[in-house]
Amino acid sequence: MLTYTIRRLMTAIPTLIFISLIIFLLLDMAPGDPTAQLPLTIPPEVREQIRQSLGLGEPVHIRYLLWLKQMVWSEPMFYLSQSTGWFDPPEVARLISWQTRAPVMDTIFERLPQTIKVVGLAYIVGVLIALPIGIISAYRQYSVFDQAGTFVSMIGFSIPPFFSGVLMIILFTVMMPNDSFFWFPSIYDTTLVVDSWETFGKQVRQMVLPVMVLALQTTAQISRFMRASMLDNLNQDYVRTARAKGMTESVVVLKHVLRNSMIPVITVIALGIPSIFGGAIITEQIFKVNGIGQFLIVSIQASDVPSVQTLTFIFAVLIVLFNLIADILYGILDPRIRYD
Amino acid sequence: MTDATAPKGDDTRADAPARNQWWDVWDQFKTHKGAMFGAAFFIIVILAVYLGPYFWTIDPTYIDIRARNSGPTLAHPFGTDQLGRDMLARMMAGGQTSISVGLTAMALALILGTLVGVLAGYFKRIDGLLMRTTDLFLALPLLPLLLVMVMLFRQPLSASFGPETGIFILIVVAIGITSWMPTARIVRGDVLALKEREFVLAARSIGTRPGKMILRHILPNVMSPIMVSATLGIATAIITESALSFLGLGFPPDFPTWGRLLFDATDFMQQHPERVMWPGLAISLTVLSVNYMGDGLRDALDPRIRGL
Repeated sequence: MLTYTIRRLMTAIPTLIFISLIIFLLLDMAPGDPTAQLPLTIPPEVREQIRQSLGLGEPVHIRYLLWLKQMVWSEPMFYLSQSTGWFDPPEVARLISWQTRAPVMDTIFERLPQTIKVVGLAYIVGVLIALPIGIISAYRQYSVFDQAGTFVSMIGFSIPPFFSGVLMIILFTVMMPNDSFFWFPSIYDTTLVVDSWETFGKQVRQMVLPVMVLALQTTAQISRFMRASMLDNLNQDYVRTARAKGMTESVVVLKHVLRNSMIPVITVIALGIPSIFGGAIITEQIFKVNGIGQFLIVSIQASDVPSVQTLTFIFAVLIVLFNLIADILYGILDPRIRYD
Repeated sequence: MTDATAPKGDDTRADAPARNQWWDVWDQFKTHKGAMFGAAFFIIVILAVYLGPYFWTIDPTYIDIRARNSGPTLAHPFGTDQLGRDMLARMMAGGQTSISVGLTAMALALILGTLVGVLAGYFKRIDGLLMRTTDLFLALPLLPLLLVMVMLFRQPLSASFGPETGIFILIVVAIGITSWMPTARIVRGDVLALKEREFVLAARSIGTRPGKMILRHILPNVMSPIMVSATLGIATAIITESALSFLGLGFPPDFPTWGRLLFDATDFMQQHPERVMWPGLAISLTVLSVNYMGDGLRDALDPRIRGL
């Protein structure tokens, strides 16, 4: 198991370095000058100094290495020392956003809780709905329930979040009477402090719509996958053996078949986590959740290169990390995988 | 395409006339109701969007400020927007862009994916390198990178090709080079299996060169996975383009696409919810029909299911 894990780690690290290089070069070679927006009255030599202070004077490979060091060493060390207090913070400049003039990572950490709350909850809800649907669809293949499940997941695949979100707002915010129980706010209020049952209720209500939109997509994908995986296993010999031994149907399906079919599904669930962060960019925009997706859009619109670089790098790290987790989980759950 | 595969499927029965593989595929495809509906709907959408403007001759950019914000009437069956532009004409113009982007980006992704897949499957020496590259691309955060690409290259491209063509090229290329990976993987797997078959050995033994071999023997036999990923590719390309437009990073505002129309309509969602519905339904139903088409095609092209 250890060699398997090490082997997977060895492929993850070069991938990450290569992706960071792509992200860095894409933004670095882009046309456009960060000092272009500054007033024309600034003398050229001062402008040159501003460029130097933004770190634009060095050759490309030096800047890439400095940026990489900043991303993987200086910034984590800063937060480590701040949270534990074991050693002094490193003596380096923080990565500053061109837009807010604040350290990029601080802004990201401010916004991360909102994203994790909404996206994480949506993912859990989606998976919890998807698994039973997948199991029943496979067990009763071609039944009315299965046909309906196929249709709903087809819809989940086909309706993009920017339409399902807007549709939800029309249904539950615009058309619904304001005093109805089923009226939900369309704007996510981040300043809400949860300190009583009333505010807790408010918090739950404002999370309903974005969570529903995100969960629809997760449900569509994972229920299909669960169904396919269950179907693969239901026709296996060991199922017939279990039935022949006289086991009850629930034991056969929920213990023998389910456990074996969960192996690929769990890896798919792990693989889907980073892509949900990507999909959340649109959902956050619709419901005005000020999470990291919305931060990315704002930074892109303001040509804020450090923030965009950091955010895309974080998304890339998430993808590589969860690929790694999925691989290792697969190895733990299915010992055959380790020895290929 | 049809000629090259004809000898493979001619299992002439005693009374049946000689038919090739694609007739069997079509017979199987016809039994899938959802797929038939999907195909019919997709063809109707394409006809409506490309031929519709010849029958509905209102200019989509014509501003009739007195008729602004009108609901569905006889003069404007889909209503008008906040500047009095006819929504039906705008929907048709938007559909042209959205579907053109979808088809072109899909074609680009297919060509790239097939090229990489065939080369990696056929030539063992570059297999490792090409597949590592594919894995790397799969690990990229695609939506953020698409947004970044559009942000960075919008100005220079619209300066050199004009605002419409420039953005069209940019979006098609951006979607194309971020969605070829699944095709490449599937094609590589099929090519690897095909390479071990006897007819390839036979062809090689009479001295067929690799280029000829790929074009005449390998490519016609990997057509089925390519066609399935083509349908799925159209769906994802249409959704991606609409997402970019919805985030305000797609085509310029006066140049309608379905995503852009949806984005513009969200500001007036409270007063005129129907204006959101038209483009939203158009995107969703087109993608749904294409997905059903892909589903039916996959069943029809799978020889284990076909002929049952």
